[in-house]
Amino acid sequence: MFELLTEKISEVFRKLGNKGKLTEKDVDEALRQVRLALLEADVNLKVVKEFTARVRERCLIGEVLESLTPAQHVVKIVNEELVAILGGKQTHLTPAGHPPSRLMLVGLQGGGKTTTAAKLALHLRRSGQQPLLVAADTRRPAAIDQLKVLGKQLDIPVHAEDPKMSPANICNNALKRAKELASSWIIVDTQGRLHIDEVLMGEMEDVKKALQPTEVILVVDAMTGQEAVRVAEAFNARVGLTGLILTKMDGDARGGAALSIKSVTGVPIKFMGVGEKVDALEPYHPDRLASRILGMGDMLTLIEKAEAVMDEDRAKEVQKKIRTATFNLEDFLEQLQQVKKMGTMGQIMDMIPGLSSLTKKLPEGVDESQVKKVEAIVYSMTPQERQHPELIDGSRRRRIAKGSGTTPQDINQLLNQFRQAQKLMKQLDAGKGRGLLSKLK
Amino acid sequence: MFKIFRRRKTEEAVKRSKDTWFSKISRLFERDTLDQDTWDQLEELLISADVGLVTTEKLIHKLRRRVDKEKITQPEQAREVLKEEIVAILNPDGRSTGQSYPRIVLIVGVNGSGKTTTIAKLARSYKEDGRAVLLAAADTFRAAAIDQLKWWGDKVGVDVISHQAGADPGAVVFDAIQAAKHRQIDVIIVDTAGRLHTKFNLMEELKKVKRVAQRVDAAIPQQTLLVLDATTGQNGLSQARHFTEAVNVDGIVLTKLDGTAKGGIVLAISDQMNIPIEYIGTGEQVDDLAPFEPRDFVEAVLS
Repeated sequence: MFELLTEKISEVFRKLGNKGKLTEKDVDEALRQVRLALLEADVNLKVVKEFTARVRERCLIGEVLESLTPAQHVVKIVNEELVAILGGKQTHLTPAGHPPSRLMLVGLQGGGKTTTAAKLALHLRRSGQQPLLVAADTRRPAAIDQLKVLGKQLDIPVHAEDPKMSPANICNNALKRAKELASSWIIVDTQGRLHIDEVLMGEMEDVKKALQPTEVILVVDAMTGQEAVRVAEAFNARVGLTGLILTKMDGDARGGAALSIKSVTGVPIKFMGVGEKVDALEPYHPDRLASRILGMGDMLTLIEKAEAVMDEDRAKEVQKKIRTATFNLEDFLEQLQQVKKMGTMGQIMDMIPGLSSLTKKLPEGVDESQVKKVEAIVYSMTPQERQHPELIDGSRRRRIAKGSGTTPQDINQLLNQFRQAQKLMKQLDAGKGRGLLSKLK
Repeated sequence: MFKIFRRRKTEEAVKRSKDTWFSKISRLFERDTLDQDTWDQLEELLISADVGLVTTEKLIHKLRRRVDKEKITQPEQAREVLKEEIVAILNPDGRSTGQSYPRIVLIVGVNGSGKTTTIAKLARSYKEDGRAVLLAAADTFRAAAIDQLKWWGDKVGVDVISHQAGADPGAVVFDAIQAAKHRQIDVIIVDTAGRLHTKFNLMEELKKVKRVAQRVDAAIPQQTLLVLDATTGQNGLSQARHFTEAVNVDGIVLTKLDGTAKGGIVLAISDQMNIPIEYIGTGEQVDDLAPFEPRDFVEAVLS
């Protein structure tokens, strides 16, 4: 996600860390690198300037330079300032005093409003709400159909009308429909528009008047360049934004827009879209993102993800198995599959401190195909072989290779990996986890 | 005559940008002297237009060297040099069009860059040139993408070959080429699903679409166009790199240039990857597409 930026900034700080004492020149050189990295990440020029000026001022105070660990001090300051720019604390959606709460999505064309509308509806339903989707994009061909299809997939009601109706009228009718359905949230998908298109910006104001929304959310493509801030400013001026959703964060966009918009407009980022699937929406945690940018990893998100996909009882069982050394190939496979559920290997490594710089070296999809291969191999074994891998000899190896469409070498490799995992787990259990990370590297 | 028309289109397209950003660049050279301040401000303006730091520094470096070497003192002259250097980056002679017919035009890009709309515009432009056009709805992934293409097909008056949602995109292309042979089609335009360039499996799928087309009839030349949103920042470079690795991008269509975005990223892409810009999309109407003429473009923005 932020690999390149992370890599650059970590490099800067590594160099800084090698020095026992810092001079003003050292700080300036480090900040010059930070400036380059931020600009390459599409952070707004104005924001970059203010940022580096602020950091410089704080860094050049005597106690920082004269402290025993000046580099750490500088990192801490950069981190704090970064968190401040990224938006301080996490912000949630604000419900209305009287239901239904009303949310409208606005933005440029192609930012991902329709997909985000569906993702938000799913998110709200999962937290116990009754969402109603409203198709008020009457202009883009098949936009209404798209929302209907998504609503059907999720089994969430969609209010849609003839595209000849004005979006404001559709919203009025949607409010009545929400009453009938006892919906607690209305999510309105509006058409994409340029922030300089007077007619369409006026129409958006009409929709707002009809809907009286509690949340007006700007959907911003993470790949947007320097223009992002101007777009956000223009929308904010016309309809008063209450939040932002950053989409397409699952690519390699460095998302400098995220750093910029909050800082310039004061509008908080509320969610990030991280995939094409309807559940690929993550709450936005500024502090976590800042530490990810600085290459400090994001263990909190990783732990939460692990909790969401892993069955606690099952985890305890596995733990017991490890302790009693009965951890077998079936368990190994299951562990791999669970890890897979948490995201791609790259995404996971991104969140582990010290590993994010390795992510770049992993072509995406490779780990997926490897998990598949492991699956095929394990499924080609007899239950006895899975529990007692030491049984596998040359002839069995050939049979398994044939059955799984792999080679005997692949089987060997898997068995080696398995033995290593077994060893690693025993060490973990014995409380020797301290050295784990260095071993993984 | 056509050239004049084209030029007018390009000028219209950049007019809005010209009024703000480009006029600032122009104004930089309306002062009496060239000094460090000029270069610093030029750097800021280029970065604000998403040209990126690498290309910006390179451009300014070249400009300053020529200013020194040719002993240029008049800002006016420096502006002419800047124009020349930008045109040189945009490689005016490297365009990939002008191939023979029939041909297959494969449209690729990330989600939401404007592929389907661009296809409608391209279809219309080919049709106006008297070419028989067929569209292939190979975006079988996004909800209602097929409907969207059919809607445009109706509007422009060209046939659309489609399968069901979720079908194999390669199969759609296969059928489209077969149909094209029977119907004496000149241009098959293939709509593909938007995909982030970092998604391994989706890029593999795209390679397959290209392979299928090649296998059906290797004699039909293929042109791959990358659709790029003008608001894209430095990530555009990564997009161009990944799509080129996968399906060898021949040219770029820069869309949504009707906003205030400058699309400066194409300068970086031209500079670092040498991929020409073929068309620019200038609005939501079906005839809002113009062939890109680097000289006209630069002339229009910096005159």
